Amino acid sequence: MNTEHTPPLHPLSDTEIELRLLMEAIYLKYSYDFRNYTVASQKRRVLYALDQLGLPSISALQEKVLRDTALFGRLLQFLTIPVSEMFRDPAYFLALRRHVVPILHTYPSVRVWVAGCSTGEEVFSLAILLREEGLLERTQIYATDINPASLEKARLGIFPLEAIRGYTANYQRAGGRNAFSDYYTAAYDAARFDPSLCADAIFADHSLATDSVFAETQLVSCRNVLIYFNRQLQDRALGLFHESLSHRGFLGLGSKESIDFSSYADRFAPHARAERIYRKGT
Amino acid sequence: MKKPPFPSVRKRVEAIVLGASAGGIEALSVLLDGLPANWRIPMTVVLHLPEAHESHLAEIFAQRLPIPVHEAADKMPLAAGSLYFAPPGYHLSIERERCFSLSCEPPVLFSRPSIDVLMASAADTYGPAVAGFLLTGANDDGAEGLYRIHLAGGLTAVQDPKEALISIMPSAAIARHAPDHVLPLRELRTLLLQLESAHAI
Repeated sequence: MNTEHTPPLHPLSDTEIELRLLMEAIYLKYSYDFRNYTVASQKRRVLYALDQLGLPSISALQEKVLRDTALFGRLLQFLTIPVSEMFRDPAYFLALRRHVVPILHTYPSVRVWVAGCSTGEEVFSLAILLREEGLLERTQIYATDINPASLEKARLGIFPLEAIRGYTANYQRAGGRNAFSDYYTAAYDAARFDPSLCADAIFADHSLATDSVFAETQLVSCRNVLIYFNRQLQDRALGLFHESLSHRGFLGLGSKESIDFSSYADRFAPHARAERIYRKGT
Repeated sequence: MKKPPFPSVRKRVEAIVLGASAGGIEALSVLLDGLPANWRIPMTVVLHLPEAHESHLAEIFAQRLPIPVHEAADKMPLAAGSLYFAPPGYHLSIERERCFSLSCEPPVLFSRPSIDVLMASAADTYGPAVAGFLLTGANDDGAEGLYRIHLAGGLTAVQDPKEALISIMPSAAIARHAPDHVLPLRELRTLLLQLESAHAI
């Protein structure tokens, strides 16, 4: 008997049952759909939230969160992962410069969707790259996320000064053409990025789990977001990207993400394989 | 605490998870030396490496071993007989669907990937049908994860701290719970082969 294909499933633990019920309650009450997130990471974050909120169990959290909207706002900060950096994976941005920008230059106008933009580091990185490549003026950037607090931070473009040294190294390795310090003003412990970079960007609340496509785009950059989704939700998100992208549009994923295990594997072709840049159609 | 390893191990496991840090590549080489080509139990390794660098662990071990060796990718299914390495800079978990998931959550005990994270997820997914091996290393990562495997009824094995290049990691695990086996690498390898024999029944 080949047990690898039909493994005897270990029964759900009480914690996992509570976790599923919590996500169902959040969906019914607040319309935020976390039901198809990967369980291992979601469980860790909820247990961490319990610890921080001083609650004894997930069931206790569920009871409170149903009646306390403010508590849900706090819980949302634990359920989403606001971990990002500027020019993360410099090779990705270098590949955009070399292999995607020349093609985007052939369009009279360009639309770029940063899906799951978190606190905006990636949005500002792309804006810098597009300005250096002479494309920002005719590009419309859409930056979306489900977390309103993250979107608020993203709009401001203010990042901790302590992170700038790492970002500068990333920027240089990403093929940056100027001094990175040209793009920000340092004040106290923060770096405020040139507001003109994202003055025309649209920051909007959008859920890959429940919302639909809002614009036709030529590039979708969605990095280290799909890793938190199970395969079913990954397929939904990839379906939105496929629908949004124009003919031969580009999709950029995180450096360890892949469409190989999704239903969309044959609807995108690798464009810069190692840097996880795909192109719609073949 | 140390139990005689042979010939008592008949436990049937569905997966094996391994953790190591400083000295881990050498220790793993000894542990996996002479693995048969018809190996069946999927094995997953977290080995601490600097985050910024691409890992070549999969290539290195693919050359040394007669079984398929991969860097684990997000949602990649675990295949029988394969060896997987966690990619640097991400936590690696095993989901109930028997596939991997990655995460950019902050480091745990200064480590990403974290051995604790992998082992705890394996304990949740497989319950008693998992074995955890913890080898040489210079921090406490893995002690909690191995304990979670123990609580779920899985098998726990630790490299004898007297033999380990750096004893901190195995000693921390032994301080957290009494592992089923505390053995030098050569005997841990025999234990691994016994788990494979039990799996094949």
